[in-house]
Amino acid sequence: MIKKIFGWFDDRTGVKKLAHEALYEKVPGGARWRYVWGSTLTFALTIQFITGIFLWLAYSPGSQTAWESVHYIQHEMWGGWFLRGLHHFTAQSMTVLLVLHLMQVLLDGAYKAPREINFWTGLILLLLVLGMSLTGYLLPWDQKGYWATKVATNIAAITPFIGQDLQRIVVGGADYGHHTLTRFFALHAGVLPAGIVAVIVGHIYLFRKHGITAKTPYKKRDATFWPDQVLMDAVACLAVLAAVLFFVIKFHGAELTAPADPSEPFSAARPEWYFLFLFQFLKYFPGGTEIWGAIIIPTILVGVLFAMPFIAKWERNGRKLGHFANLIIICGLLSGAALLTYLAKAEDAKNPEYHLAVKEAEANAERVKELAEAPPGIPITGAVMLLRNDPKTQGPKLFAKNCASCHRYGGHDGLGQPVKDAASGPDLKDFATRAWLAGWVDPEKIVSAHYFGGTKFKDGKMVKFVQKKVTKFSDEEKAQLQQAIAALSAEAELPAQKTLDAKEADLIATGRTLLASEDMGCTDCHQFRKPDESASAPDLTGYGSRAWLTAIIANPAHDRFYGGNNDRMPAFADQGILDAQSIALLTDWLRGDWYEPDPATTAKK
Amino acid sequence: MSDSQPPPENQDRRSFCKQAACIGLGAGLGLIPVGAGLGVLFDPVHRSDGKGGKGLAIRVTTLNALPNDGVPRKFPVVAEKVDAWNKSIAPVGAVYLRRTGEKQVEALNVVCPHAGCFVDYAADKNAYLCPCHDSLFSLNGAVQNPNSPSPRGMDTLVVEIREETEIWVVFQNFRAGTHEKIPVS
Repeated sequence: MIKKIFGWFDDRTGVKKLAHEALYEKVPGGARWRYVWGSTLTFALTIQFITGIFLWLAYSPGSQTAWESVHYIQHEMWGGWFLRGLHHFTAQSMTVLLVLHLMQVLLDGAYKAPREINFWTGLILLLLVLGMSLTGYLLPWDQKGYWATKVATNIAAITPFIGQDLQRIVVGGADYGHHTLTRFFALHAGVLPAGIVAVIVGHIYLFRKHGITAKTPYKKRDATFWPDQVLMDAVACLAVLAAVLFFVIKFHGAELTAPADPSEPFSAARPEWYFLFLFQFLKYFPGGTEIWGAIIIPTILVGVLFAMPFIAKWERNGRKLGHFANLIIICGLLSGAALLTYLAKAEDAKNPEYHLAVKEAEANAERVKELAEAPPGIPITGAVMLLRNDPKTQGPKLFAKNCASCHRYGGHDGLGQPVKDAASGPDLKDFATRAWLAGWVDPEKIVSAHYFGGTKFKDGKMVKFVQKKVTKFSDEEKAQLQQAIAALSAEAELPAQKTLDAKEADLIATGRTLLASEDMGCTDCHQFRKPDESASAPDLTGYGSRAWLTAIIANPAHDRFYGGNNDRMPAFADQGILDAQSIALLTDWLRGDWYEPDPATTAKK
Repeated sequence: MSDSQPPPENQDRRSFCKQAACIGLGAGLGLIPVGAGLGVLFDPVHRSDGKGGKGLAIRVTTLNALPNDGVPRKFPVVAEKVDAWNKSIAPVGAVYLRRTGEKQVEALNVVCPHAGCFVDYAADKNAYLCPCHDSLFSLNGAVQNPNSPSPRGMDTLVVEIREETEIWVVFQNFRAGTHEKIPVS
C-alpha cells in the first residue's frame, strides 16, 4: 500500500531520481574529513532557521518592546534562554566554519576554473552571513547592540555621494527608533535569509554540477555521498553542535545588557569578536580618512578575494604561481585580522576604564532584570525607564556629579572612585542611621573629615557643645543620648531600620521626649517638633526623612536648615541645578530607599 | 538494483550500520534546535491570568450613569492588564449594564458566545444583535431567534453595588462556541 502511494507520488514528482542523485553522488578517493565544512555550514544555517523562526514567535521589533520581548524570552519563557543561546552561539560558529570552508576551498584549489562562479556564490554567502550577524546584533535593542550598531550605520553614512541617504534608509529616519528595528528585523528575518537560500541553491547546484574537487592522491576506493560522506558530515555537525552547546550552557544563553538608552554612555560597546579586527583597523585612520579604513580598503580586499580564480591562472614553467599567491594573500589577510583582533583585545585588557564600563554594564543588566521582574512589571514606556527611575542606579551617578566635590560616600565619589581633593562636607554613607548619627556626638569623629572636619563648622557651636558638654556626660546621660539618637534616626523612617524602629518604639518615644527637653541641650540651637524662630541649626523634625532631605538639597540656606550660616552647599532646586526627579532619586539613594527583590522569591525562581 | 551482484554480507552490514548511524545522528541533530523551540512555542499553554477563572471585581461606573427605563448602556472595562512583559491599566473588554430595580443592575459581557464578535444593542428591536451572524439576544441575554448559531445566551456577569452608588462588575471572558459557560483563565 505504502509502496503504491509512494509510486503514485514518485510518478508525479520524480522524487526518487532526485533523492538518488542527491545521495549517490560519487566521492572519488572515498569520504574524507576535509569535505565536511560545507555540510557543517548548511547544518548551522538550518539551526539558525529553526531557532530563528521560534524566536520570531516571541520577538517584537519596536523601541519599547524589543528589549522587553527578548527579556521575556530569556527569563520567562520555557527554555527561552537555551533557544536564544543556541541561535547566538551557532551564529558565532558559522563565522569560524565559513573561514574553515574558505581555507579548504583555497587549499584544494576548488575555486579555480571552471568553479569560479561557485566560488563567487560562496563569497556572496559569506557576506550575507556577516550581514545577518550585523543586523541580528541590534535586535535585542540593548546597550551593547545599540551602540555597536550605531558605529556600523555611521560608517554607512561616510559612503561617498549616497552615504547620508543610505544611512537614513537603513536606519529608517534620522535617528534610531521603531523603524530601525522594523528594518533590521525585515533584513535579518526576511531579505537576507531569502538571499542566502537563493544563493545557496545556486552554490549547491554548481557544486554538484562540477563535482567534488577531490584531493589527490586518492587514499581509498571511490565511495558515494550516502552513507559514507554523510556519516562523516554528521559526526562533524555533532562536534559543531557540542561546541555550541558548551558555550550556551557555560554562559547560560546569550548576553542581554541593559535596554538601549541614547543618554547613557556605554563604553563597553564592542562589535562581535569577528568584527573586532575592523573595529581596531578603524583606529588607525585619523579624522577625515575613515573612509579608507571602513570602506575603500575592505572593498579592495573583498575584490581581491573575488579575483582569486583569475589570479590562479598565473602559471610559469608549470608552477602554479597564482595559486600560491592566493594562499599567501589569504594567510596574510587572516593573520592581519588575527593580529588586529589581538591588538583590540590587548588594548581593552589594559584599559581600566573599559573594565569599569564592563563591570557597570553587567551591574546594570542585572539590576534591570531585577526591576523588570519586580511586581510593578515593565511599564508600557519600556524597560529603559526602569533604570532611569531607579535610585540604586541613578543615585551614585548624581552624587558623583553633583555632591562628590565636597561630600564623600564611604570615602569615595559614590561610584567607587577615589576623589583627589580632601572632603569638605560630611560623608553621607549610612546617612541618618543610628551609627552615623552617633558620630556627630563623638568629640573626635565630629571634627574628622567624615563629619565637620572640612567645613566652616569645625569650630562651630555643635563641635564646642560635643567637646565640652558631651564629654562630661554621666553614664546615665550617655544612655539618654543613645535614646535620643535612636529617636532622631527614627525620624528618618529609613527602610533599612524599619524593623528595628518598630521593635524599639518605646525607647524611641523616650528618646523623642529627651530630644525635645531642654536638659539635653539640642533645642538650644535646633528646633524639634515645635516651631522655634530662634533656631540657628537645621530642624530635627523629620530629620533625614524623604521630605526633609529633599528640602535641604533644594535649599540648605532655608531658615529651617542652615539659614545665613550655610557653608558652601548650593540650593540645588532653587538655583535650578537639579530637577525635582533628580533630587528625589538622590534622596532615595542616600536613604537606601529602593526596590530590592525578596531573597525568598529569588531563591524560588 | 535487483539484477546487480549482491554485495558481500559484511559490506552490506557495514553499510547498514553507517546508514543507521546517519539517520540516528541526523535525528539527534535536528531534535536539539526543534526541541529548544518547542518550549517557547508551547509556553502560552501553561500560563494563566492568575485569577483562576474567577474574574476580578472592577469599578465600571455609578448608578447615576444608568437610566431608570431599563435601556442598556455600554461601558468600557478598564483594569490592570498583564500583556506578556507589560503590566498596565488598559481596556480589557466592555459590558452592557441595565437597571432592573432601584439598586439592581444586570451586566452582560458584550462578546458574542458564538464566535466572539462585539454584540450591538439594536434600539429599534430593543434587543442585542450580533453583526457577524445575526444572533438576536433579548435584554436579559437569552437567545431570541430560533435559527441563531449561538450555542448559549450572552454571558451574564456578577454585579456588586458598593458605597451605595458604585457599580462593580466581576469581569470575565468565557469560551466561545460552547453550550456551557466556561471561564477563560
